Amino acid sequence: MSDLRQIAFYGKGGIGKSTTSQNTLAALVELDQKILIVGCDPKADSTRLILNSKAQDTVLHMAAEMGSVEDLELEDVLKVGFKDIKCVESGGPEPGVGCAGRGVITAINFLEENGAYDDVDYVSYDVLGDVVCGGFAMPIRENKAQEIYIVMSGEMMALYAANNISKGILKYANSGGVRLGGLICNERQTDKELELAEALAARLGSKLIHFVPRDNIVQHAELRRQTVLQYAPESQQAQEYRSLANKIHNNSGKGVIPSPITMEELEEMLMEFGIMQSEEERLAAIAASEAQAS
Amino acid sequence: MAKDHVGGSEDYEALIEEVLAAYPAKSAKRRAKHLTVAKATDEEPDATTGIASKCDTQKSNIKSVPGVMTIRGCAYAGSKGVVWGPVKDMVHISHGPVGCGQYSWSQRRNYYIGKTGVDSFVTMQFTTDFQEKDIVFGGDKKLAKTIDEIEELFPLNNGVTIQSECPIGLIGDDIEAVAKQKNKEHGKTMVPVRCEGFRGVSQSLGHHIANDAVRDWVFDKEDSDAVKAYEPGQYDVNVIGDYNIGGDAWASRILLEEMGLNVVGNWSGDATLAEIERAPKAKLNLIHCYRSMNYICRHMEEKYGIEWMEYNFFGPSQIAASLRAIAAKFDETIQEKCEAVIAKYQPLVDEVIAKYRPRLEGKSVMLYVGGLRPRHVVTAYDDLGMVIAGTGYEFGHGDDYKRTGHYVKEGTLIYDDVTGYELEKFIEKIRPDLVGSGIKEKYPVQKMGIPFRQMHSWDYSGPYHGYDGFAIFARDMDMAINNPVWGLYDAPWKSAPEAIAAE
Repeated sequence: MSDLRQIAFYGKGGIGKSTTSQNTLAALVELDQKILIVGCDPKADSTRLILNSKAQDTVLHMAAEMGSVEDLELEDVLKVGFKDIKCVESGGPEPGVGCAGRGVITAINFLEENGAYDDVDYVSYDVLGDVVCGGFAMPIRENKAQEIYIVMSGEMMALYAANNISKGILKYANSGGVRLGGLICNERQTDKELELAEALAARLGSKLIHFVPRDNIVQHAELRRQTVLQYAPESQQAQEYRSLANKIHNNSGKGVIPSPITMEELEEMLMEFGIMQSEEERLAAIAASEAQAS
Repeated sequence: MAKDHVGGSEDYEALIEEVLAAYPAKSAKRRAKHLTVAKATDEEPDATTGIASKCDTQKSNIKSVPGVMTIRGCAYAGSKGVVWGPVKDMVHISHGPVGCGQYSWSQRRNYYIGKTGVDSFVTMQFTTDFQEKDIVFGGDKKLAKTIDEIEELFPLNNGVTIQSECPIGLIGDDIEAVAKQKNKEHGKTMVPVRCEGFRGVSQSLGHHIANDAVRDWVFDKEDSDAVKAYEPGQYDVNVIGDYNIGGDAWASRILLEEMGLNVVGNWSGDATLAEIERAPKAKLNLIHCYRSMNYICRHMEEKYGIEWMEYNFFGPSQIAASLRAIAAKFDETIQEKCEAVIAKYQPLVDEVIAKYRPRLEGKSVMLYVGGLRPRHVVTAYDDLGMVIAGTGYEFGHGDDYKRTGHYVKEGTLIYDDVTGYELEKFIEKIRPDLVGSGIKEKYPVQKMGIPFRQMHSWDYSGPYHGYDGFAIFARDMDMAINNPVWGLYDAPWKSAPEAIAAE
């Protein structure tokens, strides 16, 4: 299928990738899009809000149970959830053993070979925190995701991670066709968060595609294993996700090759925004606190 | 074209230049460091061979140039294939995907006595046969299950070694934990060996890792009852680094026993685990393959105070010299018996030399073997009047090349980690009367019309060690060189080259 769009969500662990992506994709269905979500995380928690269930059978666990991945049928692992969104989890080993990266490669190859990508308009990959090895870079390699969306916030480590992921995209941008679709800021209510997100996006040569405000309704929905779109479709937060979905839908082919910045540049930028202290300020602050204590 | 040829140029420096000329500049520069000609030296000639030359002028034990055909193996080959594999009463698991075990199955002809599948397992092949799921989820459980199955199916095994293939190191499996657990459960020796193939530049590191595993997982464990009960004698020796290829160790052992020594253990050809466990109780370590087992000998010297010495059982001159050197470490009884042994075999030696030397005198040989034989077998050829034109090691280190100077004369061509192209060119230009190397080299060389013997596997013959071995060695070399087939090499309707007509 020539007009299949493949996107992927990356970002620092715990930033809200899975929540943001599932809510956004649930909104994307309203634009008449048929969607497949591929969870690429051994924890297998990328599709629970769509499926309204705890955890699903993963490709790798089923394959291990049956003997090998060749013994597996697509129906065994492909589940259909909210508004007919198809969901697959790659799964993987428990922490500390085996090779989860190889698991992602195996799972994605299995899905492609078995026609999981036929008859859908969108494939969305949800990948764990860091691109720690080649396996987790699978979705950004050739013929996989065309655009990467980085979920981030105004926290320092989230910014670091966003810059690092851009480096990964840059590495594969010339050999494959992968592009940075944009940054999605998931509000943490840190200082000057919007400005900082926009500034980083500009430095990366990209754009802040949407600023998702913080709203407790997301947690309320999540406790019920639902997206906001399902739990409170009329809420303001649902509108935010619809808006983000629209922007992503209209962003086709508008991704860029990112221009990641050096560590020094990133730190300078953080100092400009007062997130990080310069060395002098830091020493001054220590001196001040010591003076106060004595 | 056949072997009745005019020998090539003796100017090997020029030959090296010519061969290197085919490479791009950068590769030529790198390869030049591995090729040399044995130089003159001020050192005293070796007492036995009367030879002194300088062979350690080039680089060795470094990474092969990518893109050339190297003949080297990997760390797994060094541990599983060489050091541990021949220990007969243990089961050696090729831990990882099936190929490494399949293709290293029984390749070194390590002979042993025992009931295969009952109390001995050398020619059997055990593997955990990794599948994709074992990579993804880790293979420790499968390894544990394999060991349990081995225990159930082969209850007379005395232990298990775990020979790691590449993926084990990549996915971070904890094979040491499995080994400890299974040792507790079954009460047998379990030896995890971290010999992943990607480690090091050749099989040489695998030997070292395997030696270290002997230290850590056999010596440093509590002594078994058999070891505790063993009463050491004053003539106890260990033979280290004889893998009993084609029965080599047996042909060596009888000589040592006839001169009154007690061979406590032979490592690791035809060896039992008990022979390894008891080794620290011996008086002297006799080391044949220095390259693969010097590490554990040095350790035994440091920790248990056991002296070690190298010896050479290829060819009567070296055998006699080695026997005397060994006897010199003991009392007069042994020394007298030693002379008796040498005298006893002298008629055999005379007979062999009388028969074969006239047929082999002056014939030239090129060798390319592993880490010991490129120098050790030289004297067996010397005893038959043959001359070495060139020699080289797959995985020798600087100390091996230094020792080579006691075996080959000034002007001998020396090639380290030789590439397929270089070796072929050297052979083509030098056109020796015999080439001794491995299976991969055998057929190209024979197609060049040059006789060949495999010097890793003794070409399915042997033993070549000891006096009995020398008789077989001489016969085999004669059989290769003077085989009438070489007279039929050229098509009869093609006129013979002038060079032959001139002879």
